[in-house]
Order: sequence, then C-alpha cells, then structure tokens
Amino acid sequence: MTPPAVRLQGISKRFGAVQANRDVSFDIAAGSVHGLVGENGAGKSTLMAILYGYYHADAGTLEVNGQPVQIANSQQAIALGIGMVHQHFMLVDTLSCLENIMLGAEGGFFLTPSKARVRAKLEALMAETGLQVPLDAVVADLPVGELQRLEILKALYRGARILILDEPTAVLTPQETDQLFVTLRRLQQLGTTLILITHKLREVMSLCSAVTVMRAGQVVETRPIADWSEASLAESMVGRKVTLGRPEGLEIKTGEVRLQATGLSLKHANGVPALKDVSLSLRAGEIVGVAGVSGNGQSELLEVLSGLRAPEGGQLDLGGASFTPEAWLDTAQARPLRLAHVPEDRHAVGLVMSFPAWESAVLGYQNLPKYRQGAAMNHAAMREATKQMQERFDVRPRDENLGSSKFSGGNQQKLILAREIGEQPTVLLVGQPTRGVDIGAIEFIHKQLRALRDAGCAVLLVSSELDEILALADRVVVMNAGRITGELSIDECDERRLGLLMAAQEERAVA
Amino acid sequence: MSQPIQLPKWIDIGLLPLWNLAIALLVAGGVVMLIGHSPWQALSVLLNGALGSARGLGYSLYYATTFIFTGLAVAVAIHAGLFNIGGEGQATLGGVGVTLIALWLGAKLPAVVMLPLLVLAAAGFGMLWAAVPAYLQAWRGSHIVITTIMFNFLAAGLNSYLLVNWLRPAGSMAVESAEFADSARMPALHQIAAALGYELPSSPLNLSLIIALLACAFVGWFLWKSAAGYAVRAVGSAPRAAHYAGIRPRAQVLLAMALSGALAGMVGVNEISGVQGKLTLDFVAGAGFTGIAVSLMGRNHPVGIILASLLFGVLYQGGVEVSFELQGFSREMVVTAQGLIVLFSGAMATVSAPLFARAYAAIKGGR
Repeated sequence: MTPPAVRLQGISKRFGAVQANRDVSFDIAAGSVHGLVGENGAGKSTLMAILYGYYHADAGTLEVNGQPVQIANSQQAIALGIGMVHQHFMLVDTLSCLENIMLGAEGGFFLTPSKARVRAKLEALMAETGLQVPLDAVVADLPVGELQRLEILKALYRGARILILDEPTAVLTPQETDQLFVTLRRLQQLGTTLILITHKLREVMSLCSAVTVMRAGQVVETRPIADWSEASLAESMVGRKVTLGRPEGLEIKTGEVRLQATGLSLKHANGVPALKDVSLSLRAGEIVGVAGVSGNGQSELLEVLSGLRAPEGGQLDLGGASFTPEAWLDTAQARPLRLAHVPEDRHAVGLVMSFPAWESAVLGYQNLPKYRQGAAMNHAAMREATKQMQERFDVRPRDENLGSSKFSGGNQQKLILAREIGEQPTVLLVGQPTRGVDIGAIEFIHKQLRALRDAGCAVLLVSSELDEILALADRVVVMNAGRITGELSIDECDERRLGLLMAAQEERAVA
Repeated sequence: MSQPIQLPKWIDIGLLPLWNLAIALLVAGGVVMLIGHSPWQALSVLLNGALGSARGLGYSLYYATTFIFTGLAVAVAIHAGLFNIGGEGQATLGGVGVTLIALWLGAKLPAVVMLPLLVLAAAGFGMLWAAVPAYLQAWRGSHIVITTIMFNFLAAGLNSYLLVNWLRPAGSMAVESAEFADSARMPALHQIAAALGYELPSSPLNLSLIIALLACAFVGWFLWKSAAGYAVRAVGSAPRAAHYAGIRPRAQVLLAMALSGALAGMVGVNEISGVQGKLTLDFVAGAGFTGIAVSLMGRNHPVGIILASLLFGVLYQGGVEVSFELQGFSREMVVTAQGLIVLFSGAMATVSAPLFARAYAAIKGGR
C-alpha cells in the first residue's frame, strides 16, 4: 500500500499566548484532493506554513511519502516536492511570466541560454497539464485567473508533487473558478496530491476526496467526502447549526425611493466604457442585489454612487439633493446625506491599516461633534464608541487598541459594518461584504444586513457570490459589460435565469 | 514571506537604537584606530568637549535646537506620506524672512513686539517656500522630492542675490546684511541668566531652544490629537481610505507641507536672530539634510527627534573639539562618524531586529 503523501502527527505550535495548533494529526492520501476547512484563526494557515517550512512546530512529527522529515525552510519543502500557491500571489508585476517562473532558479550567470532551456521545459509541462500561460506576457497585464495558473505552473516547474492551495478561488470569477477546477482535476489524474484550503463549502464538496475540519487550532474530524454534506461541514466548523439560506415567509414592505440614479455613464482611463446608461432606484426597506461576473461595472457603480468618482453623464437624486457630473456627490457630502458605504476593498479603502482599531472605527465620521473636542479629536469618546461597536458586532478580539491590520478579515469587516450601520444610514451601499470571510461571520453579517433592511434602510448589495445575492436580495439587477441587462424580483430568480442575463454579452456576440 | 518580527516596545524603541549606536561607535572607533589615534582618547575629548563644561553644553544644545526644527519638519511631512528634502531651502528662506523684518522694523519696535514678529516671519517664509512644491505635487503631479531639492538651489540663489544686490550695506565687501538692531536679536541664555543674577559662560544657546521644545509639543498634539493630524496621517498611510472618508488629500498635502516648511523656517530664528544678528550666505550648512537623519533616527516622533537632535548636537560640538585637540584629526573624521551613525541607526535600523527577536524568543522560551 502506498504511504500517505503527508502524515501529520501531534503537531503543536504556539505564538505567545495563542495556541495556533494543538496536537494536530491526520493523513493526506497520495493522489487525493484533501480539503482543509475551518473558520478564520482555526489554525489552517499556520499548519500549512509548518508544512512549507515557514514555521517550526513546537512538537510533533511530519512524514512525507512515508519518510520522517524535518522541514527547516521553504527551499527544503520544495526539494521534498511540496509547492504552495498563496492567496496573495507572489509575483513580480514588471517581469514576464517566463521570468517570474525562472526567478530564483535562473541557473547560470547569463539569462538567454537558460531562458531557452526553461521555455522548452515549460512548454512540455504546459502541454502535459493543460495549464496554458502566455509565457512572454508581462504579469501586470494579465487577469487574476491567468496569474493563478502561472503560480501553479511555477510550483510544478519546481517539482511540486504535493500542492497546497490557499483560498485559490477567493479572487476568481465563476468562469475562472470552473477553469481552475478542470486544471486541478487534471493534475490529480497526473498523480499530484492537492491540499485545498477554502471557505467555500460547495467547492470542497465538488472537488475533494477527503476533508479535515479544524476549529480553534485542533482537528475536529477527518472523513472521506461521502460522509460530509455542506450542512454538516458548516456545523462542524462553527460548532453549532448554521443557517445561510433565505429565511422563509418573509414579507417585503418597501417605502419611498431613497436613491435614484439615472443614465449613469463612465469610461475607464483607456476609453473603454465602464458604465453605460445605468439607471437604478433604491427604496426604503429593500435589499437590491447587483449580480454579475466581476469586472462588469459593479465596482464602478459603487464608486459613482458613493461619491468616490464622478461619472461622465447621468444624474443622482439622494436625500432631497440632486447631483450632475459637473458637481457630483463627493465623499464628504455623502455621510451627512445619510449614505453609508461598505467598500469592496476593506484593506485599502475601508480601514487605515496602520491605525489602531479605535482610529479606524471613526473613519469617515471623524468630524462628528461627538468625536471632537474643538480642534482636537476626543480620544476617550472614540475608544468608547469602538468598544461598543466591538461588543455589538462581536468583533474579536475585543481590543480597541489592536492595530487594524491585526484583525482577521471577518472581524475587520464586522468593524466596518458596525461603523457604517452605527449612524443609522437611510441608504447603505455594500460591496462584497463576505469576501474571504468565514462562515460564522457570514451568517452574522447577513443577519445584520437583514435587520437593517427591516428597519427601513435601502440597501444596495454588490456581490460576486450568487448564493449571497439569492439569500439576501429582494430584487436583483444583473450587470454585464457596464449595462444593466435585466431586473428580476427575488421570486423570479433562479441560477439559470441569472446566469443567462450575466452572460448576455456572449449571447449577442454569438448571434 | 518571512516570520513577522514582534518585539516588545522596550526593545524596539529602547535597546535596539542603543545597540545600533554602539555598533556605529565601534566601527567609528576602528576607523580612528586605523588613522593612528586612540579611540578612547577621541571619545573622551568628544564627550568632554560637548558635555564637560557649561559652555560646551551650551553649544551642543544650540546645535540640537536647529536639528529639532529640521527633524520635525521632515517628520510632519513623512506622516503625510511626503518626503520633504527641502528643509535646507525652507530654512534659508526662514532666515531671509527674519532678516527682512529685522532690517525693516528692527529700529522702530521693542523686542517684545519684534521677537514674536520674527518667529512669524521665519515660519511664514518657510511655509510659503514649502507650499509651492506642495501645490505642484497635489494639483500638478510634480514629484515633491524633485521639486523640494530644486527649491533648495533656488533658495541658495535667492539668498545670495538678495545679499549681493540689496541687503549688503553700501561699501561693504562682505556678503552679509547689515547688523540687526538689539530688539531683533533673540536673547541668549547667558544674557537671560545674567539678568536674573546668575553667571553662565557665553554660548550661542538662545531662547529658540524653548521655541523648539514648544514646537515638539505642538507637533505631537497636531499629529496624534488634532482632527487635522488625523486627516494628515490618514492621507499619508492610506490615501484611498482617506478619500473614502471624505478627507480631501490635496488639502492635507498642502497643510502638512506648510507646517513642515514653517518648522524648517524656524532655523532662521535660531541661527540669524539668535546667533549671527545678520543674514549670511549658507548659514543652514546642511542642517536641513541632517534633519532627515534626525527624523529617521527618532522614528518620526517628537520625543525621538529630541533625543536624536541631542546626539547630533553632541557630535557636532564634540567633533569640533576633537579636531582642535588631536593633531591630524580633521573635521572630516567627525563627519565620518556621523555618517556611520546615520548608516547604522537610520538606514540599517532594523538589521539587528531578527537577532533580538531570536534572543528574546530564546529567553522567553527558556522560562
């Protein structure tokens, strides 16, 4: 019988007061796709960092292909045939794909001969695995799906037979995800062992042959996929029953129009239209979902409606004021008009990463009288408000002095939501509220958005997760190539109809 | 990816800088030995010259005053995400401002009115000189590093033009302005002490030191307590988040640079009104650039800047003494030592951090 590709026995790792891994033991069968799931902070990433040689376990042993090993650094991991594809790509933007793969494995002083050698090997590898990457294209010009293939190819080129994928689909469009899965199945057929870390349980169910669930640094259980269901995985991860679907028997009572956008148009810097004649209205007490494949104008729509960017044409009516492109809404006016915005990019836009939580928790509301003392900020009031936000939205850890960057993604998002909902907005714009957020936090965030709707707020939800839109929205508009291709009430929605509207462009191109 | 280095605060801001300083002094000692002097003797002359007498201490503090101003100027800009290397030019303009007001009104107004006016003139001229590159950066996209360094040359040119063509007294061959009236001279500390009945040896140390310390307190308040500082720091570390929060980035760039320029301009009060009593060529003498090292060493924090300024003040004053006392020990040797300190404490400040992290982990793990 073949030994397991990886055997972990009694792995423990502690960081200061935090026990990141506690007596972790499980096997990963050779040639399998092994899912590793758990909430943020459950210890998955630490465990994989130990396997890849970034960290050293305090206790426990590792076996690779039946041999006990000590992995001191990532070079040794690579030598053992372990590869890793990080959630945030490790690529040099200004180099070509070929140069990125060669980086660190140039093999000689002069580049030209080794380039030819590497290219020949890569072309053989690409033909074998079906992983096609434009070798001469510069990384900065490529979409994320291609970059991910490049990362996988880079790992394979270095001889990876055991490939760790950390949240590989977090940034991919549905089509790119489908492509990735085809690739991964192909790699599995070729004998590669895959370790998949993800929050998306549907992906686990469709791809993995066995799943290990971790919680609070410990293994809850490892079982073959046949013994799992999405519901049982979620329950095992969180430790209680989780409901993510749409609650039954919901009555929607919409009120007056709170936001009315008419004929918005916007061009990208390169002249390609980003928004074409987009009109949209939001009423009190409804959640309007914006569905669409990422990159079809949803982000630009949020930017225009929130005042981050002025469109070239169109009009916006909000809270009794009317805006045209010449004097568009700006971000300083939006909040006094009780328009709140949870931005898509919480790291670069939603928070100031170098600020402690209590400074980030008033971002955008820094001029409210309650946070001010004349020309100075009222630090005591800011800290107190942050404590209350953390309490109300279950932000963990409850430490208002912790740096904004030190919270996990889900807790950062909860802090932003707490801040934006806290001032009782009449209109809330939400972009990708649960991207990279674990399942317990998703449930919590969804509950908060529903409560806000029930309290009479008008909510616009942009999400690349169809499930999320179907679970939350009362009305769905679909965007494709910068225009709205359809609008459905939630009762009319099903994945097939939405899918057709999302793909409207391709249909026209064929016809 | 490497392991994040998390050091306790007392190591990070206490032990590590001292360690870096020690390495720099060790290497400097090696260089001193190579040219055939005793490093111990050099160090003892240096420390004695800078700290061993009231007069030496006065000189050290006078130098430190100038470095506090230029260091603060760099720090304020850095918190707005800007690298202001125009401290040299802004300080020059501060001196020009002091001179114009002093020569214009000096004979007519008493010191009580005159001195605050000079402080405002120094700050105002420095501010305007910094505001132009700030405007070009914020509204026209010209890189502030390029424009501020160009403005250093413009300031030097403007200074010598004014001196040669307008401010030089008729018949004088020296490229200097006329001497200021007494009311336009910032009182020296030994004069104040004498008025109070104490006797101190004369040194250039003047009231500007008090202004510098007040400026430190103000900068600390501005950056971490005021609403304007909140906006400036938000723009400096996350411009997109600041825009999202309704903060106008351009206005913050202008505000931070104006304050930065005003602080650099205050050098004019210390040097021109406090010491020279007339405008001279090149009175800033590189202090604007030393401010960069001071700010980096002081972690862009007013308290750190005071400490780093004291260190540089001691080195300047002590260095002068060493070059007097030791045969064949030139002023350049002292500059070398300063360079080593900037290298180890500024540019390579975190090189030893992993060492401390490992040692700390080993000690903690051992317990």
